[in-house]
Amino acid sequence: MQEIPEYDVAVVGGGNAALCAAITARRAGATVIVLERAPRDFRGGNSRHTRNFRCSHAAPGQYLTGTYTEDEFLSDLRSVNGGSIDESLARIAIQRSASCPEWMAREGVRFQAALHGTLQLGRTNLFFLGGGKALMNTYYASAERLGIDVFYDADVVDLRMAAGRCDSLDVRIAGRTQTIRAAAVVIASGGFEANLGWLREAWGDVADNFIVRGTPYNTGVPLKRMLEAGAQPIGDPRECHAIAVDARAPKFDGGIVTRLDCIPFGIVVNAHGQRFYDEGEEVWPKRYAIWGKLIARQPGQIAYSIVDAKTADKFMPSVFPPIVAGSIGELAKLITLPPASLETTVETFNRAVRPGTLDLSALDDCRTEGLTPNKTHWAQRLDAPPYWAYPLRPGITFTYLGLTVNAQTRVLMSNGQPAANVYAAGEVMAGNILLKGYLAGFGMTIGTVFGRIAGEEAARHAAR
Amino acid sequence: MLPDDLVRHGQHVLTVCNACRYCEQYCPVFPALEKRRTFNAADLTYLANLCHNCGECLYACQFAPPHEFGINVPSLLAEVRTRSYEAQAWPSTLGRAFRRNGFRTGLAALALVFSALLLATIANGQAIASSDGSANFYGVISHGAMVTTFGAVSLFVLLALAVSSIRFWRDAEVGTVVAGRGIGPAMRDALTLRHLHGSGSDCTSNLEVRMPWRRWFHHCTFYGFALCFASTTVAAIYHSVFGWHAPYAYSSLPVLLGAAGGFGLLVGPLGLAALRQTRDPVLGGDETHGVDSLFLALLFLTSLTGLALLVLRHSPAMGILLVVHLAVVLVLLLTLPYGKFVHGVYRLLALVRYHSE
Repeated sequence: MQEIPEYDVAVVGGGNAALCAAITARRAGATVIVLERAPRDFRGGNSRHTRNFRCSHAAPGQYLTGTYTEDEFLSDLRSVNGGSIDESLARIAIQRSASCPEWMAREGVRFQAALHGTLQLGRTNLFFLGGGKALMNTYYASAERLGIDVFYDADVVDLRMAAGRCDSLDVRIAGRTQTIRAAAVVIASGGFEANLGWLREAWGDVADNFIVRGTPYNTGVPLKRMLEAGAQPIGDPRECHAIAVDARAPKFDGGIVTRLDCIPFGIVVNAHGQRFYDEGEEVWPKRYAIWGKLIARQPGQIAYSIVDAKTADKFMPSVFPPIVAGSIGELAKLITLPPASLETTVETFNRAVRPGTLDLSALDDCRTEGLTPNKTHWAQRLDAPPYWAYPLRPGITFTYLGLTVNAQTRVLMSNGQPAANVYAAGEVMAGNILLKGYLAGFGMTIGTVFGRIAGEEAARHAAR
Repeated sequence: MLPDDLVRHGQHVLTVCNACRYCEQYCPVFPALEKRRTFNAADLTYLANLCHNCGECLYACQFAPPHEFGINVPSLLAEVRTRSYEAQAWPSTLGRAFRRNGFRTGLAALALVFSALLLATIANGQAIASSDGSANFYGVISHGAMVTTFGAVSLFVLLALAVSSIRFWRDAEVGTVVAGRGIGPAMRDALTLRHLHGSGSDCTSNLEVRMPWRRWFHHCTFYGFALCFASTTVAAIYHSVFGWHAPYAYSSLPVLLGAAGGFGLLVGPLGLAALRQTRDPVLGGDETHGVDSLFLALLFLTSLTGLALLVLRHSPAMGILLVVHLAVVLVLLLTLPYGKFVHGVYRLLALVRYHSE
């Protein structure tokens, strides 16, 4: 391992926000080092598992249909967050999102039209050709061409902060701890979703039943060090983007193939065989992200999605086979639920279904009456065997507790003053905009927009 | 048929792909697999022949090794192609011999055929070393002997290819869905190599570098081969219909077609062989390296000896060059059903099925 020289900008992390910051800073003339904790094969943080990027646009383009105005984007963001969000930062994200595709294309990113996914996102979200790992490969190739020094297996164990300034970073590379000095530091190291101990602190024992959808490398060490050094936290440690994933998924890194899109097509019951939430509340892209936390609140953090033969081929297949039985009672036995209870739930549900015309692409008039909770759309009787069940667990994507930043992405210290030379981008500051809900593709918007701002600002600071 | 463990592994890989679908715009493999929920040996055989082994999907895969799901579609489908080509070859023993030991078997065949031709020529009292400069090919090997030998070999090759194609048709269940409307688009895709630049720009040809060379070298090889075939056909018509006998002038149609094709067959196979040297080994297909190299080598030698014969046909070397050239062409013909050549037939059939679905 050679001596590491001094850099203008050190970027902590190796995902989308980190690479956007690094490339922007380098293009502005700064010397840049990227410290990626993962080995090369697993580089790219959670961005490796992403697929698209939400962006506003005033006219239809090659890859996006219709228009998506800033106002509509903002109102979508408000609705998933339940009203109050930091609008100044949200507006920056939304306004700047419009210019990102052009910048990305200049770096070599290739896009594709949204085709076969079940989330109808062709109007609001731009899809990366081949997905997030292809995107990250492109960014890393660009970084290499630009002469950015990228270190893999580089674990940032400490940030030496004094009087709101980061003097140096302690980094363990290949078992050896080294000190890296940089004029400015960009923290883009993600949330703490892969830190099971920290999740347990926030959630209690419940956290043991969480499945971490993404990279096992996001343990939040740089975030924790910054908070210990007096950075101002933002966000509830329990808040996160979490969805329903197949309970048979691996503990970490199962990525996209463990998610289940069948929830709106049937009913979801808990360990007692009882329903607990309106499965047809809204179109799936606007509701898929609440189911992780809904299941986290159920006994044993387990639930079961049950559909019948009528809808079994209407949703994307999961990587895990359904549990199949010829009757509800038999199905209950297979998934170890009390059969009488599940049979009662299904009978009660079936009786409550009102006649309607099924339309899976819109908020239709198929609903139940007199249930608690009702299913308000796409309600169909479960009466066509065989019946299919998928076991569900909360699948955490990323946590919202993070670093408070200003419009220049400078990290605010607890005295309200911005840190002299520390910037944050991506998941680690997403809590400034996301309070509880999630909009598909918005994490990549935050990463790209604020990554670019952080890169620009860090390079400007270093040039002073 | 395919070994059970390969089918099981394939089912695992394709089930993950079908639940992910991030690669759906790279090539037809993914839209085709999305039409299914389960995968059997026939599906694997069909999908394997839509794959060009470019690597885009592997480099883009969030589940690629060392991820515990271990998804590597190019290497899986390369393995399926190896196994299914072997199973479809007729007669099977020849298929196995070439698959396992392609290059050595090929060289042995070449030596054998060359010696046989040489002996036959000498035994017939035809002087191969002293040419009178008249480029009298049939003075070395009589027209009748040439027609008999090549006719017999060609018939055998056509029979072997027909049996293999029928086996592929059956194994990949092409017949269950094939429709006439699929033929046109399939021909277009095959002739333009559309899916080597299917997602707009060129596919990766080795490691993670996108270059147009694989496509261009393949075009040189394919169209070079087609032109040489056309040259031979025209010459045959000249001979039998019009009674115009070889040698033909430089400005004649057979020579012009043959020279152009020959140039393609020098550049194309050489380029493809060079690209193969820089291939990323994780993409698989190593097992067929020998037989694939043999095919490229024979194409190259066919062209080289053919062009040499054209240029030196009035020299004393003509006789021996002719024997060498004919031996190379005979071995090339003989190995067609057992090597890379069959992919042309199988892929075209797979594309017809793709465009019929």
